[in-house]
Amino acid sequence: MPGSGENMTVKKIKNRVLIAKPGLDGHDRGAKIIARALRDSEFEVIYTGIRQTPEEIASTAIQEDVAAIGLSSLSGAHLRLFPAVVAELKQRGAGDIMVLGGGIIPDDDIVALKEAGIDAIFTPGAPLAEIIEAFKEACDKFYGRKQTE
Amino acid sequence: MGKDKRITEWEEKELAKSLARSPERKEKFSNHGNEEIPRVSFPGNMDDKYLSDIGFPGRYPFTRGVQPTMYRGRLWTMRQYAGFSNAAETNNRFRYLLDQGTTGLSIAFDLPTQIGYDSDDPMSAGEVGKVGVAIDSLYDMEVLFKGIPLDKISTSMTINAPAAVLLAMYIALGEKQGVSSDKLQGTIQNDILKEYVARGTYIFPPKPSLRIITDIFQYCSRNLPSFNTISISGYHIREAGSTAVEEVAFTLANACTYVQAAIDAGLTVDSFAKRLAFFFNASSNILEEVAKFRAARRLWAKIMKNRFNAKEPSSQMMRFHTQTAGNTLTAQQVDNNIARVTIQALAAVLGGTQSLHTNSKDEALGLPTEDSVRTALRTQQVIAFESGAADTIDPLAGSYFIEDMTDKIERDVSLLMEEVEKNGGVIAAIEKGFIQGRIETSAYEYQKEIEKRERVIVGLNRFQSGESIKPPVLKIDPEVEDNQVKSLRQLKAKRENKKINEALSVLKDAASGSANLMEPILAVVREYATLGEICNVLREVFGEYRYRG
Repeated sequence: MPGSGENMTVKKIKNRVLIAKPGLDGHDRGAKIIARALRDSEFEVIYTGIRQTPEEIASTAIQEDVAAIGLSSLSGAHLRLFPAVVAELKQRGAGDIMVLGGGIIPDDDIVALKEAGIDAIFTPGAPLAEIIEAFKEACDKFYGRKQTE
Repeated sequence: MGKDKRITEWEEKELAKSLARSPERKEKFSNHGNEEIPRVSFPGNMDDKYLSDIGFPGRYPFTRGVQPTMYRGRLWTMRQYAGFSNAAETNNRFRYLLDQGTTGLSIAFDLPTQIGYDSDDPMSAGEVGKVGVAIDSLYDMEVLFKGIPLDKISTSMTINAPAAVLLAMYIALGEKQGVSSDKLQGTIQNDILKEYVARGTYIFPPKPSLRIITDIFQYCSRNLPSFNTISISGYHIREAGSTAVEEVAFTLANACTYVQAAIDAGLTVDSFAKRLAFFFNASSNILEEVAKFRAARRLWAKIMKNRFNAKEPSSQMMRFHTQTAGNTLTAQQVDNNIARVTIQALAAVLGGTQSLHTNSKDEALGLPTEDSVRTALRTQQVIAFESGAADTIDPLAGSYFIEDMTDKIERDVSLLMEEVEKNGGVIAAIEKGFIQGRIETSAYEYQKEIEKRERVIVGLNRFQSGESIKPPVLKIDPEVEDNQVKSLRQLKAKRENKKINEALSVLKDAASGSANLMEPILAVVREYATLGEICNVLREVFGEYRYRG
């Protein structure tokens, strides 16, 4: 808990994440709500704004030293764009950054996206608490991996 | 007691004129029992407040509607937004919708088209044909409208930053069909200001964008007298999460910005104001929505009359399209969405809309299937022909609640518009992030209420049932993008590039100077220049807008 006795001695790593809008879709209500909800849950959040290429997202993620990326697309371009972000990260030697995604995504596509290295997918109606939990787990995994390196 | 002479006066003036132009749909509107339904009901005692604030249908301030007969004369236009993959597929869906009784077309363009990129541009990767139809050149427009005569339909195009180019393609298509531009009917959205705050398909910075819009106003006032030159949209502001008051306030503030820009460019207000149209959202709170529509209509009339000195009634009238609220649709228990759409559509009709799109139940899952689109259209037809809501005018007028709510919304909208002014007007308020901030906060608060279950969404946070069957969704074949790129390259190979380059350089000169851009755009479009080629020339001159929120 923030402010409790234990945290006074051990410096806690702050969960740092990037929320990004790949492609041309401008519907960013969901992305902004997730960004705000994560901030309210003590995450450090960077939001890219709309119209980012997969290359731009990967390089921002590395520059900003984030543990996880949340991708949002409502235009149906997720099958092309989400895996492209994963590929760009790998190419830059940052394949350990976790990638989560959300949007209007049919069930069949979720299977394909997970196979392509997206760690979790959220669709309309997903509770914020569940999404925040997934980001926490992603960050734990990332920082855990970093410590064992 | 005889009839109030002020009613008689309205009947002899506005009503008689309207009936002489076109009669009502039926000689007599009646219930089951053959009792006559009155055209419009009035209070027994019409006091000053009634006369100044509520008044008569088809008369300033138009609270009760813009026409004296409203839906008794003609039903609203049932206009379903459609478009996906390529022009040929969308042409099939258009013909299907026309066969099913839809009365106007509404084109959804894919995102590359909306942002002025050709299908083979690297920025377009993955987006071609996804949320709408891909249009690269006049050639695609010819395919899109194959077998659909432009003088027989009205077409609405959801296009903003490159609206001038798509309009030029539509005019050129008319020329090919032998339909002169003065016969063309339809609407281009052409509302760039809300793109900066809500929808995101901007290309150029605000100033040159406003110049293009003003050029369109001017060109159309001379050449396309029946075309709505802009559809000033609150829809997307609401979808982005605003309240009803914010939706109207930011929309009217944007509208004032366009009107002022056109006046500053030397146009007289009555030359273009009657071709301004609006576009609102209909959400589920039916009573608030009805009041919202009535308040928006009244306030706009006052603004046009008092602030901009518009003289003609048609310049003071707010005519609007409505779409039901996409953001209220749930992916859970999708059939519930039919009930939501019905309530929302009824709100739009009771609020006096001129045209309506009803969403399909499966739109939280993906693009709607043909079956669900049909049910959405049928919902409008049930309201039109079975509910009785179209048989009498403004039936909720005089309800204490509705009139209070109408007054309150009008007041709150005015106050928020003043706040925008205090922030330096719309463009400054966008650059400061004031408008975006308001919308985001409202969206976040709403979401938190849902999470805490203070706001009930049936099937989502209450009355859940563990359904596992997901209905089918429409899938876009990934080959669509490859095929569109192939067809674009074929077109580029067979064009006369010399002519195109000459026409593009004429356009560039016009953009650098102050000439109206419509003629030079029309000239390049006729040569089959692509949307991307045209927008790139304009990008070179105007630059691109970037917002870091």
